[in-house]
Amino acid sequence: MEPPVGKTEIFVPVGIPQVVVTRAFDAPVELVVRAHLDPELLVQWLGPRELTLTVDRYEVRDGGRWRYVHRDSEGNEHGFHGVFHGDPSTAGIVQTFEYEGVPGHVKLDTTTFEERDGKTVVRTTSSFPCIEDRDGMVASGMEKGVVDSGDRLDALLATLNIS
Amino acid sequence: MVTDRLSLVFGALADPTRRAILNRLTEGEATVAEIAAPFEVSQPAVSRHLKVLETAGLVSRTRRATARLSHLEAEPLREVTTWLARYQRYWDESHERLDDLLAALQSRDNDSQGRPEGARENGTTSGKD
Repeated sequence: MEPPVGKTEIFVPVGIPQVVVTRAFDAPVELVVRAHLDPELLVQWLGPRELTLTVDRYEVRDGGRWRYVHRDSEGNEHGFHGVFHGDPSTAGIVQTFEYEGVPGHVKLDTTTFEERDGKTVVRTTSSFPCIEDRDGMVASGMEKGVVDSGDRLDALLATLNIS
Repeated sequence: MVTDRLSLVFGALADPTRRAILNRLTEGEATVAEIAAPFEVSQPAVSRHLKVLETAGLVSRTRRATARLSHLEAEPLREVTTWLARYQRYWDESHERLDDLLAALQSRDNDSQGRPEGARENGTTSGKD
C-alpha cells in the first residue's frame, strides 16, 4: 500500500532498529532521483526551512564520500557525512550516515524509487546499529520543534503509524 | 530510563484496542469494567491489555475500596510523540520543499521543451544541465 502524494509516512517497526520513511511525489523517477543526487538541488529541499544546508562534498559513485552541514540562524552547525555504496541511480541509493555530533553511531540508509502512473514512490529504510541509537537519533541535532504537549492524545495517536 | 523504552511504548501502542483504552483514560481513571464496556472484548482481555500498557509505563493502577482503577501516565507518550514529531517534522518539511522543487523543475522543463531550439540557445541558461 502506497501513501497518497503529499503525505509522508513514517513507519517504526517494534523491536527492530529501523525507521522507514515513504512518500509519493508527483514527478517522474528520473527527476526525483536527480533531486537526491544533484547537490545543487539537494540543498533546495533537504531539512527544515529555517536551516541552511551546505554540501561540502557529494561524490556520487561507488565508494564516494558525501558531507553536508545544517546551519541555523544562530550559527549552530550540525555536520553529517558518509559513503555511497554502489553507484547511486534510479535503481536505488545506499549510503552510510553519521551525525558528527555523535560520532561512531553509523546508520545505513537504503532508498528505493518506484514510478507508478507518473508518480514516484520514494522509500528510505534507515537501519541503526541498535534500538538505543534509533531512539536517540532524533533527540540529537534536531532539538527544535518540540511537540506541543497540549495536543490532544487522539490527535497524537492518529499520527502514529506503527506495527 | 529503561534502555528500550520507546520500543516498549511503541509495542504497547501498536494495538488498536490499547490505543482506544488510552483514549478512554484521557477522560479520567476507570475500572476494568468501565473500560471494557464499549468494547467487544472480555474483561480478562482488557486486563491483559492493561498489563501491557502498565509494563510500558503508560498506565498505573491503584485500588480504591474494592475497585482497581487505571490511570493514564502521559510522560512516556510525550517521549514517543516528541520523538516521532521531530522525525515527522523533519521529513514533512523536507518533502514539502521537494514537492515544490519538483514542480518548479517540471514547469521549467516543459517551458524549455515548448520553446524553439534557437530561443533556448540564445536565452540565459542556468548551466546546470
